[in-house]
Amino acid sequence: MNILAIETSCDETSAAVCRDGYEILSNVIASQDDIHAHYGGVVPELAARRHIEIIGQVANKALEQASAGFEDMDILAVTQGPGLIGSLIVGISYMQGVSYRYGIPMVGINHIEGHLTAPLLGNQQVCYPVLGLIVSGGHTMLVKMDDVGKYTVIGRTLDDAAGEAFDKVATMMGLGYPGGPLVSKLAQKGDPNAIRFPRGLLRSQSFDFSFSGLKTAVLYKLKSESHPIPEQRQADIAASFEEAVADALVKKTLRAAKQYGIKTITAGGGVIRNARLRTRLEKQCCKHGYRLVLPEPILCTDNAGMIGTLAYYYRDRAMLAKDNAIDPIPSLKFVG
Amino acid sequence: MITREYTTNSALQTKKLGIKLAERLQKGDVIALCGELGAGKTCLTQGICRGLGLDKATPVTSPTFTLVNEYRAAMPVYHIDLYRIASDEEFYFSGLDEFLKDDAVTIIEWANKHADVLPDRTLFITITFGGRLRRNIRISCDEGYHDKQKIVF
Repeated sequence: MNILAIETSCDETSAAVCRDGYEILSNVIASQDDIHAHYGGVVPELAARRHIEIIGQVANKALEQASAGFEDMDILAVTQGPGLIGSLIVGISYMQGVSYRYGIPMVGINHIEGHLTAPLLGNQQVCYPVLGLIVSGGHTMLVKMDDVGKYTVIGRTLDDAAGEAFDKVATMMGLGYPGGPLVSKLAQKGDPNAIRFPRGLLRSQSFDFSFSGLKTAVLYKLKSESHPIPEQRQADIAASFEEAVADALVKKTLRAAKQYGIKTITAGGGVIRNARLRTRLEKQCCKHGYRLVLPEPILCTDNAGMIGTLAYYYRDRAMLAKDNAIDPIPSLKFVG
Repeated sequence: MITREYTTNSALQTKKLGIKLAERLQKGDVIALCGELGAGKTCLTQGICRGLGLDKATPVTSPTFTLVNEYRAAMPVYHIDLYRIASDEEFYFSGLDEFLKDDAVTIIEWANKHADVLPDRTLFITITFGGRLRRNIRISCDEGYHDKQKIVF
């Protein structure tokens, strides 16, 4: 079964051709980072406008790379939410057009579920239950997964998402956008133990996270330093901040796995590309005997490949656009 | 302009001030929150939402990436963030003006970035740093505001 998938929930315009819920034949991603760098964040109007300009090209390229045409597709999959309304509309409208033109049924997919299941689908070795950690600009949550479609959220951020903390710390340090990679780059040269920043809620029994206090602590540290802050000191602050984020995420994840008796851990979302977080997760899982399944870097980014593979499991819900319109849902809930 | 100033000495006190303020709020009110990164805008919003009867199990989180969070309290609460909105035009293009409703309370972070889009009935709250934990919180409203007592506790 061939599935053409589109993902336009935020920055990236992506199209993919997937087969049978495990094979990604092509996965084209056009990033808007260069446009947004100028504004220090995602700018919704620009995002939507750029999606409109390039979505056709991106979809054609994905089909071309898979040596296929629209008429070879059995199902269309599109991100329905969560995301920015203007951006979601572009992807959904495009697919509705394709559905009308070629008579192919389409199905709406949850973006967060896509990130969670990306490294698991098609992996024969995975046994549920699996503990999933999602860390991105807009989301930070721990999810117990009993099967595809059967999830329980057991922890989430109570204030800022981890990726948001990275972006805001980057702004405070004058580093630019996208903040995460720039903070990480600076942190490589720094000492992660130079400053002991607070780990929000680490002592709490719950599996919830908090990164707002950490953000403010970094702000005070920057204010208290004598300016201009030497480059090495800046690197130390960045590394110590990164360490505090990784420490909170990894410790809570392992604690949750232990409490729920889950042996397999997975993680997804843009922040999982962070080297310190990946290394910490790998080391700790190895040390405590957990199996860690991490997505390849391309699947951490917002991409249509994860939407297309997951859509195979929801193929029964697919309907022609003329029979049932899919509405964008900016705050689409993660179904428990 | 009528202005009242308050000082809080901890995040908890800031939240409590939000709860107190919420007691005076009614449907249709718009609150504009201004202040630097880390000033406590989301923290004050958490207090306001609790004060409006939002259950404790629902986290009130930063809408920086989502642009709008919606909460079901005693009345609908829309929690908007203009941090990433670059112009007034984008505010309208993103459909954010549709959340300034008569039957809801709307709280807008980074409101000073685009003050022109705010309605006349807006209550302005500016949070400034007074020390490590101390915050100076200035609440102000227009002379013609329908209920001046709202900001006097």
